[in-house]
Amino acid sequence: MIRRDRVVPPLLAFGVFLAGWQLLVIVANYPTFILPGPLVVGQKFVAAWVDGTMEPHVATTLAEIGFGFFGGALAGMLTGYVLARSSLANRVASPYLVAAQAVPILALAPLMALWFGSGLLAHALIVALIVFFPVAVSTVVAVHGVDRRLLEMARSYRVTRRQRLWMVELPAALPGILGGLRIGVTLAVVGAIVAEWTGGDTGLGVLINLARGSLFDIPLLFATLLTIALIGVALYSIVLLVERRYAIPAA
Amino acid sequence: MTAEPGRALREPGPPPNDGSAPAIRLDGLRFDFRVGGRRTEVIEGLDLEIAPRSIVALVGPNGCGKSTLLRVIAGLLPARAGTVEVEGRPVTGPDSRVGLVFQESRLLPWRSAFANVAFPLEVAGRDRDARERRVTDLLGLVGLRDWSRARPAELSGGMRQRVAIARALALEPAVLLMDEPFSALDSLTRERFNVELLRLWDRIGATIVVVTHSIAEAVFLADRVVVLSPRPARLVADVVVELPRPRRPGDLDAATVTRTAAEIRAHLEGATDDAFAVAAGDVPAHPQPDEAIP
Repeated sequence: MIRRDRVVPPLLAFGVFLAGWQLLVIVANYPTFILPGPLVVGQKFVAAWVDGTMEPHVATTLAEIGFGFFGGALAGMLTGYVLARSSLANRVASPYLVAAQAVPILALAPLMALWFGSGLLAHALIVALIVFFPVAVSTVVAVHGVDRRLLEMARSYRVTRRQRLWMVELPAALPGILGGLRIGVTLAVVGAIVAEWTGGDTGLGVLINLARGSLFDIPLLFATLLTIALIGVALYSIVLLVERRYAIPAA
Repeated sequence: MTAEPGRALREPGPPPNDGSAPAIRLDGLRFDFRVGGRRTEVIEGLDLEIAPRSIVALVGPNGCGKSTLLRVIAGLLPARAGTVEVEGRPVTGPDSRVGLVFQESRLLPWRSAFANVAFPLEVAGRDRDARERRVTDLLGLVGLRDWSRARPAELSGGMRQRVAIARALALEPAVLLMDEPFSALDSLTRERFNVELLRLWDRIGATIVVVTHSIAEAVFLADRVVVLSPRPARLVADVVVELPRPRRPGDLDAATVTRTAAEIRAHLEGATDDAFAVAAGDVPAHPQPDEAIP
């Protein structure tokens, strides 16, 4: 059942936002190529989906996000677990991790393009890179935070390393890891757009470049931004749903 | 732990070994831990024999090493010297012959009561049918059959501790070690739990070693009360409780109990000055960690 008091306020706020936007455009009389009104953007959004302009770009971006997110998240979780359970690995590898994270992804993207071209592989790699760090860090923190008393309890029943991982550590660390995934999934969208910015044939980042460049279709630019935002919200919601379903915090 | 007539989980009869070996034998047991290069003696040459199917209470001042002693017996901590034997065979690591109930229930919060009790069986690789039968029996034994699907957060502190006891019994240990198992409960609940624990003990026929801060509790539960000194733990006294079984809460007023309790208290006071403050109160009840575990 959908609760009315949970749905109405956000919808109302969204309505106010749209009205304010439209009002600004009317009052200030901005030309469409500076700030198109929500109506124009809405029409363009629908049109771009209907006439098939949007679809190939969305497909490319989603593929990059999909591969990149899963790859980066998996690598981040594995690395995070190893770092949390081995102080040697932590001492050796942590400085590099932090250094790698300190370099902005925008600066790394051209390098990736140089090494791996401007196809799916290069773009997914950039997404994976940007997803990796928050997931790795949250995994380290979450695994460190696993109640030692539960681990001792498990040890008293002679758990193997694998049983300890799957039956105790992973479920106990899951809420923390999912928090990292939630940050990671929004960053994945950023990563994909930045990656496409550096080159490529399709993708929402490419479409933005086209819209403000050769096509000079500013409403299309806005419609693309809207699509990107929607993708971000949708992916975030999916992780949130998984979190609600599977992450049971300690009592 | 409601008594259900009929189904004993372990048939009465000779214990799994030939019956001549004690359930637990400690021989010259020593334990210490090192913090920052400093060695702290925790257990200093302890000899103890505990007969099969008896209940022994360990009392001693805070931080004297009782919890550590239980962990050494359970094989969670290695003895520095000396040996621990359960049913005549040495304990060299975590051991399925020994069940351990902690001060806190230590249930896995994401698992139901049922799945928590099933945990040791899963770890031991029992198949699903065997697990279900065993867990159903155990939950019935502790009176929680109707709560099998409840998560720990939905259970009261007492119920959680019952689940923890059922879990500790899952692999049919010969010895059940309990580390202040009811210290987090209020005094009335605690009294009831002690009665139920005796009933449970009657049905499972395991040997029980229970650490407690309450002399009354120790006397009520145990055949023998072992008094330990402040750290490093040495045996100060080994007091036999001459109170017939089955015992009832009213027995606590019996002259034997008062006499025995006074005797234990005297030993404790003799062993340490502040032991009185710690142990004389009937309900210390604050769930305080016994000592740091290295």
